[in-house]
Amino acid sequence: MKRVFLFAPLVLVVVLGIVLFAGIGKDPTRLESALIGKQVPAFTLEDLDKPGKQLDAGVFRGQVSLLNVWGTWCPACRDEHDALLWLAQEQGVRIIGLNYKDNREEALVWLDRLGDPYELTIYDPRGTLGFDLGVYGAPETYVIDANGVVRYRHVGVVNEKVWKEDLEPLVNQYREDAS
Amino acid sequence: MRRLVALILLSMLLPLQAGADEANVQGFDSLQEEQRYRDLTSELRCPKCQNQNIADSNAPIAKDMRDRVYRMMQDGASNEDIVGALVDRFGEFVRYKPEVDRRTILLWATPAIAVGVGLLAVAGIVIRSRRRNGQKTVLTAEEQARADRLLSDKDRE
Repeated sequence: MKRVFLFAPLVLVVVLGIVLFAGIGKDPTRLESALIGKQVPAFTLEDLDKPGKQLDAGVFRGQVSLLNVWGTWCPACRDEHDALLWLAQEQGVRIIGLNYKDNREEALVWLDRLGDPYELTIYDPRGTLGFDLGVYGAPETYVIDANGVVRYRHVGVVNEKVWKEDLEPLVNQYREDAS
Repeated sequence: MRRLVALILLSMLLPLQAGADEANVQGFDSLQEEQRYRDLTSELRCPKCQNQNIADSNAPIAKDMRDRVYRMMQDGASNEDIVGALVDRFGEFVRYKPEVDRRTILLWATPAIAVGVGLLAVAGIVIRSRRRNGQKTVLTAEEQARADRLLSDKDRE
Protein backbone atom coordinates (compact mmCIF):
# COMPACT_ATOMS: atom_id res chain seq x y z
CA MET A 1 0.00 0.00 0.00
CA LYS A 2 2.79 2.42 0.91
CA ARG A 3 4.64 1.62 -2.31
CA VAL A 4 1.62 2.83 -4.28
CA PHE A 5 1.94 6.25 -2.65
CA LEU A 6 5.55 6.48 -3.78
CA PHE A 7 4.23 6.71 -7.35
CA ALA A 8 2.02 9.70 -6.55
CA PRO A 9 4.60 12.32 -7.62
CA LEU A 10 5.20 10.45 -10.88
CA VAL A 11 1.48 10.34 -11.64
CA LEU A 12 1.20 14.02 -10.78
CA VAL A 13 4.07 14.95 -13.11
CA VAL A 14 2.66 12.88 -15.96
CA VAL A 15 -0.83 14.39 -15.61
CA LEU A 16 0.60 17.91 -15.43
CA GLY A 17 2.78 17.14 -18.44
CA ILE A 18 -0.20 16.00 -20.50
CA VAL A 19 -2.20 19.09 -19.54
CA LEU A 20 0.65 21.46 -20.39
CA PHE A 21 1.53 19.58 -23.58
CA ALA A 22 -2.05 19.92 -24.80
CA GLY A 23 -1.64 23.69 -24.57
CA ILE A 24 1.46 23.82 -26.78
CA GLY A 25 0.78 25.18 -30.26
CA LYS A 26 -2.62 26.58 -29.33
CA ASP A 27 -2.90 30.20 -30.32
CA PRO A 28 -4.28 32.06 -27.30
CA THR A 29 -5.16 35.07 -29.45
CA ARG A 30 -7.85 33.07 -31.30
CA LEU A 31 -11.02 33.41 -29.32
CA GLU A 32 -14.23 31.61 -30.01
CA SER A 33 -16.96 34.03 -30.90
CA ALA A 34 -19.58 34.63 -28.24
CA LEU A 35 -22.20 34.61 -30.99
CA ILE A 36 -21.82 31.00 -32.11
CA GLY A 37 -25.33 29.55 -32.41
CA LYS A 38 -26.97 32.98 -32.25
CA GLN A 39 -28.54 35.18 -34.89
CA VAL A 40 -26.44 37.84 -36.57
CA PRO A 41 -27.11 40.98 -34.49
CA ALA A 42 -29.77 43.29 -35.87
CA PHE A 43 -28.39 46.23 -37.85
CA THR A 44 -29.39 48.85 -40.40
CA LEU A 45 -26.43 50.03 -42.41
CA GLU A 46 -25.82 51.35 -45.88
CA ASP A 47 -24.66 49.34 -48.84
CA LEU A 48 -21.08 50.28 -49.69
CA ASP A 49 -21.70 50.43 -53.45
CA LYS A 50 -25.10 52.09 -53.30
CA PRO A 51 -25.20 55.00 -50.86
CA GLY A 52 -28.65 55.39 -49.41
CA LYS A 53 -29.62 51.76 -49.81
CA GLN A 54 -30.19 50.25 -46.36
CA LEU A 55 -29.21 46.69 -45.55
CA ASP A 56 -30.25 44.61 -42.56
CA ALA A 57 -29.70 41.10 -41.19
CA GLY A 58 -32.14 39.78 -43.81
CA VAL A 59 -29.23 39.65 -46.30
CA PHE A 60 -28.04 36.46 -44.59
CA ARG A 61 -31.33 34.61 -45.04
CA GLY A 62 -31.83 31.97 -47.69
CA GLN A 63 -28.31 30.69 -48.22
CA VAL A 64 -25.09 29.93 -46.42
CA SER A 65 -22.70 32.89 -46.52
CA LEU A 66 -19.30 33.92 -45.34
CA LEU A 67 -19.19 37.29 -43.65
CA ASN A 68 -15.78 38.85 -44.15
CA VAL A 69 -14.76 41.84 -42.01
CA TRP A 70 -12.24 44.06 -43.77
CA GLY A 71 -10.89 47.56 -44.14
CA THR A 72 -8.40 49.30 -46.39
CA TRP A 73 -6.34 50.15 -43.30
CA CYS A 74 -5.79 46.47 -42.61
CA PRO A 75 -2.70 44.97 -44.30
CA ALA A 76 -3.72 41.38 -43.57
CA CYS A 77 -6.97 42.04 -45.47
CA ARG A 78 -4.86 42.74 -48.55
CA ASP A 79 -3.10 39.41 -47.96
CA GLU A 80 -6.32 37.42 -48.01
CA HIS A 81 -7.97 39.32 -50.84
CA ASP A 82 -6.80 36.97 -53.59
CA ALA A 83 -8.01 33.97 -51.63
CA LEU A 84 -11.43 35.61 -51.28
CA LEU A 85 -11.57 36.26 -55.02
CA TRP A 86 -10.69 32.62 -55.63
CA LEU A 87 -13.41 31.49 -53.20
CA ALA A 88 -16.06 33.67 -54.81
CA GLN A 89 -15.14 33.00 -58.42
CA GLU A 90 -13.84 29.42 -58.46
CA GLN A 91 -15.61 27.87 -55.48
CA GLY A 92 -18.91 29.68 -55.83
CA VAL A 93 -18.99 30.83 -52.21
CA ARG A 94 -21.33 33.64 -51.30
CA ILE A 95 -19.29 36.24 -49.44
CA ILE A 96 -20.82 39.26 -47.75
CA GLY A 97 -18.32 42.00 -46.94
CA LEU A 98 -18.36 44.13 -43.82
CA ASN A 99 -16.33 47.23 -44.49
CA TYR A 100 -15.25 48.06 -40.96
CA LYS A 101 -14.18 51.52 -39.72
CA ASP A 102 -13.19 52.61 -43.17
CA ASN A 103 -14.15 55.34 -45.58
CA ARG A 104 -16.24 54.77 -48.63
CA GLU A 105 -14.01 56.33 -51.30
CA GLU A 106 -10.94 54.36 -50.30
CA ALA A 107 -12.92 51.15 -49.97
CA LEU A 108 -14.44 51.56 -53.44
CA VAL A 109 -11.02 52.29 -54.97
CA TRP A 110 -9.66 49.16 -53.28
CA LEU A 111 -12.43 46.95 -54.68
CA ASP A 112 -12.10 48.55 -58.11
CA ARG A 113 -8.36 47.98 -58.21
CA LEU A 114 -8.11 44.52 -56.62
CA GLY A 115 -11.42 42.99 -57.68
CA ASP A 116 -14.65 42.57 -55.74
CA PRO A 117 -15.28 39.14 -54.20
CA TYR A 118 -18.35 40.32 -52.30
CA GLU A 119 -21.94 39.77 -53.35
CA LEU A 120 -22.62 42.89 -51.38
CA THR A 121 -20.72 44.92 -48.84
CA ILE A 122 -22.15 46.41 -45.67
CA TYR A 123 -20.68 49.83 -44.94
CA ASP A 124 -19.94 50.21 -41.23
CA PRO A 125 -17.76 53.31 -40.86
CA ARG A 126 -18.30 53.62 -37.10
CA GLY A 127 -17.90 49.94 -36.38
CA THR A 128 -21.32 49.46 -34.79
CA LEU A 129 -22.09 46.07 -36.33
CA GLY A 130 -18.44 45.13 -35.82
CA PHE A 131 -18.80 45.88 -32.12
CA ASP A 132 -22.02 43.86 -31.84
CA LEU A 133 -20.30 40.95 -33.58
CA GLY A 134 -17.38 41.17 -31.17
CA VAL A 135 -14.86 41.94 -33.91
CA TYR A 136 -11.53 42.56 -32.21
CA GLY A 137 -9.13 42.36 -35.11
CA ALA A 138 -9.73 42.46 -38.86
CA PRO A 139 -9.73 40.37 -40.90
CA GLU A 140 -12.35 38.09 -39.41
CA THR A 141 -14.50 35.65 -41.34
CA TYR A 142 -17.77 34.20 -40.09
CA VAL A 143 -19.70 31.22 -41.40
CA ILE A 144 -23.39 32.10 -41.33
CA ASP A 145 -26.03 29.52 -42.12
CA ALA A 146 -29.14 29.96 -44.25
CA ASN A 147 -31.17 31.03 -41.22
CA GLY A 148 -28.80 33.86 -40.37
CA VAL A 149 -27.21 32.02 -37.43
CA VAL A 150 -23.49 32.51 -36.75
CA ARG A 151 -21.79 29.10 -36.87
CA TYR A 152 -18.09 29.77 -36.83
CA ARG A 153 -15.57 32.57 -36.67
CA HIS A 154 -12.10 32.58 -38.10
CA VAL A 155 -9.80 35.36 -36.91
CA GLY A 156 -6.95 36.17 -39.25
CA VAL A 157 -6.16 35.64 -42.90
CA VAL A 158 -8.24 33.19 -44.92
CA ASN A 159 -6.22 31.12 -47.36
CA GLU A 160 -6.70 27.84 -49.18
CA LYS A 161 -5.63 25.83 -46.14
CA VAL A 162 -8.05 27.58 -43.77
CA TRP A 163 -10.81 27.14 -46.34
CA LYS A 164 -10.17 23.44 -46.85
CA GLU A 165 -9.67 22.57 -43.19
CA ASP A 166 -12.02 24.84 -41.29
CA LEU A 167 -14.52 26.64 -43.46
CA GLU A 168 -15.42 24.31 -46.34
CA PRO A 169 -16.65 21.39 -44.18
CA LEU A 170 -18.93 23.76 -42.25
CA VAL A 171 -20.22 25.52 -45.35
CA ASN A 172 -21.01 22.16 -46.97
CA GLN A 173 -22.68 20.88 -43.82
CA TYR A 174 -24.97 23.90 -43.46
CA ARG A 175 -25.73 23.89 -47.18
CA GLU A 176 -26.99 20.33 -46.78
CA ASP A 177 -29.00 21.31 -43.71
CA ALA A 178 -30.62 24.10 -45.66
CA SER A 179 -31.62 22.03 -48.66
CA MET B 1 11.60 87.21 -8.65
CA ARG B 2 12.70 84.88 -11.39
CA ARG B 3 11.97 81.92 -9.12
CA LEU B 4 8.49 83.15 -8.50
CA VAL B 5 7.80 83.40 -12.23
CA ALA B 6 9.13 79.89 -12.78
CA LEU B 7 6.91 78.59 -10.00
CA ILE B 8 3.85 80.24 -11.45
CA LEU B 9 4.63 78.83 -14.89
CA LEU B 10 5.10 75.34 -13.45
CA SER B 11 1.88 75.47 -11.49
CA MET B 12 0.07 76.40 -14.69
CA LEU B 13 1.20 73.08 -16.20
CA LEU B 14 -0.39 71.02 -13.42
CA PRO B 15 -4.02 71.11 -14.58
CA LEU B 16 -2.86 70.16 -18.09
CA GLN B 17 -1.49 66.91 -16.76
CA ALA B 18 -4.63 66.08 -14.85
CA GLY B 19 -6.69 66.87 -17.94
CA ALA B 20 -4.84 64.25 -19.97
CA ASP B 21 -6.70 61.55 -18.07
CA GLU B 22 -9.49 60.15 -20.20
CA ALA B 23 -11.97 59.71 -17.37
CA ASN B 24 -11.75 63.42 -16.65
CA VAL B 25 -12.15 64.25 -20.30
CA GLN B 26 -15.36 62.27 -20.47
CA GLY B 27 -16.74 63.87 -17.37
CA PHE B 28 -18.71 62.30 -14.56
CA ASP B 29 -21.44 63.64 -12.35
CA SER B 30 -19.80 62.46 -9.18
CA LEU B 31 -16.60 60.98 -7.83
CA GLN B 32 -18.45 57.71 -7.15
CA GLU B 33 -19.41 57.43 -10.80
CA GLU B 34 -15.84 58.07 -11.85
CA GLN B 35 -14.60 55.43 -9.42
CA ARG B 36 -17.20 53.02 -10.75
CA TYR B 37 -15.98 53.65 -14.29
CA ARG B 38 -12.40 53.01 -13.22
CA ASP B 39 -13.36 49.78 -11.44
CA LEU B 40 -15.35 48.51 -14.42
CA THR B 41 -12.70 49.29 -17.01
CA SER B 42 -9.98 47.77 -14.87
CA GLU B 43 -11.75 44.44 -14.49
CA LEU B 44 -12.62 44.05 -18.16
CA ARG B 45 -10.02 42.46 -20.35
CA CYS B 46 -9.06 43.69 -23.79
CA PRO B 47 -9.59 40.94 -26.40
CA LYS B 48 -6.85 42.36 -28.60
CA CYS B 49 -4.06 43.05 -26.09
CA GLN B 50 -4.80 40.04 -24.00
CA ASN B 51 -2.80 40.88 -20.91
CA GLN B 52 -4.20 44.36 -20.48
CA ASN B 53 -7.47 45.57 -19.14
CA ILE B 54 -9.45 47.98 -21.28
CA ALA B 55 -8.44 50.90 -19.05
CA ASP B 56 -4.77 50.36 -19.89
CA SER B 57 -4.99 49.25 -23.48
CA ASN B 58 -4.57 51.62 -26.42
CA ALA B 59 -6.14 49.18 -28.88
CA PRO B 60 -9.03 50.75 -30.83
CA ILE B 61 -11.33 47.97 -29.63
CA ALA B 62 -10.47 48.80 -26.00
CA LYS B 63 -11.45 52.40 -26.68
CA ASP B 64 -14.76 51.26 -28.20
CA MET B 65 -15.38 49.13 -25.12
CA ARG B 66 -14.57 52.00 -22.76
CA ASP B 67 -16.94 54.22 -24.71
CA ARG B 68 -19.67 51.58 -24.41
CA VAL B 69 -19.08 51.31 -20.66
CA TYR B 70 -19.28 55.07 -20.33
CA ARG B 71 -22.41 55.39 -22.45
CA MET B 72 -24.20 52.58 -20.64
CA MET B 73 -23.31 54.19 -17.32
CA GLN B 74 -24.81 57.48 -18.50
CA ASP B 75 -27.93 55.55 -19.49
CA GLY B 76 -28.18 54.23 -15.95
CA ALA B 77 -27.18 50.60 -16.58
CA SER B 78 -26.04 48.47 -13.67
CA ASN B 79 -22.57 46.93 -13.49
CA GLU B 80 -24.01 43.51 -14.33
CA ASP B 81 -25.76 44.92 -17.40
CA ILE B 82 -22.58 46.54 -18.64
CA VAL B 83 -20.34 43.53 -18.12
CA GLY B 84 -23.09 41.29 -19.52
CA ALA B 85 -23.39 43.39 -22.68
CA LEU B 86 -19.67 43.08 -23.33
CA VAL B 87 -19.59 39.35 -22.49
CA ASP B 88 -22.46 38.78 -24.95
CA ARG B 89 -20.32 40.28 -27.70
CA PHE B 90 -16.77 39.34 -26.86
CA GLY B 91 -17.27 36.22 -24.76
CA GLU B 92 -16.47 35.18 -21.23
CA PHE B 93 -12.86 36.01 -22.06
CA VAL B 94 -13.31 39.71 -21.28
CA ARG B 95 -14.00 38.99 -17.63
CA TYR B 96 -10.94 38.92 -15.45
CA LYS B 97 -13.14 37.26 -12.84
CA PRO B 98 -15.04 34.51 -14.66
CA GLU B 99 -18.45 33.54 -13.32
CA VAL B 100 -18.81 30.22 -11.53
CA ASP B 101 -20.49 27.79 -13.91
CA ARG B 102 -20.00 24.29 -15.21
CA ARG B 103 -16.99 25.21 -17.34
CA THR B 104 -15.20 27.26 -14.71
CA ILE B 105 -16.03 25.29 -11.58
CA LEU B 106 -12.73 23.38 -11.76
CA LEU B 107 -10.85 26.66 -12.07
CA TRP B 108 -12.51 28.05 -8.97
CA ALA B 109 -12.43 24.80 -7.00
CA THR B 110 -8.80 23.86 -7.67
CA PRO B 111 -7.33 25.90 -4.79
CA ALA B 112 -9.87 24.43 -2.36
CA ILE B 113 -9.22 20.93 -3.67
CA ALA B 114 -5.45 21.42 -3.36
CA VAL B 115 -5.80 22.69 0.21
CA GLY B 116 -8.15 19.80 1.03
CA VAL B 117 -5.75 17.20 -0.34
CA GLY B 118 -2.91 18.85 1.58
CA LEU B 119 -4.89 18.81 4.83
CA LEU B 120 -5.77 15.15 4.30
CA ALA B 121 -2.11 14.31 3.71
CA VAL B 122 -1.00 16.21 6.84
CA ALA B 123 -3.77 14.61 8.90
CA GLY B 124 -2.76 11.16 7.62
CA ILE B 125 0.87 11.71 8.55
CA VAL B 126 0.00 13.06 11.99
CA ILE B 127 -2.41 10.22 12.79
CA ARG B 128 0.04 7.59 11.66
CA SER B 129 2.96 9.02 13.63
CA ARG B 130 0.75 9.31 16.74
CA ARG B 131 -0.22 5.70 16.41
CA ARG B 132 3.42 4.68 16.09
CA ASN B 133 4.41 6.80 19.10
CA GLY B 134 1.59 5.25 21.10
CA GLN B 135 2.96 1.82 20.41
CA LYS B 136 6.47 2.84 21.42
CA THR B 137 5.55 4.24 24.80
CA VAL B 138 4.33 0.87 25.96
CA LEU B 139 7.42 -0.64 27.56
CA THR B 140 7.64 -3.90 29.40
CA ALA B 141 8.56 -3.68 33.07
CA GLU B 142 12.02 -4.91 32.26
CA GLU B 143 12.59 -2.25 29.61
CA GLN B 144 11.27 0.43 31.92
CA ALA B 145 13.69 -0.59 34.65
CA ARG B 146 16.56 -0.53 32.18
CA ALA B 147 15.59 2.87 30.91
CA ASP B 148 15.38 4.25 34.45
CA ARG B 149 18.80 2.83 35.23
CA LEU B 150 20.35 4.36 32.12
CA LEU B 151 18.78 7.71 32.78
CA SER B 152 19.87 7.86 36.39
CA ASP B 153 23.38 6.82 35.38
CA LYS B 154 23.52 9.74 33.08
CA ASP B 155 22.39 12.11 35.80
CA ARG B 156 25.23 11.03 38.03
CA GLU B 157 27.93 11.75 35.49
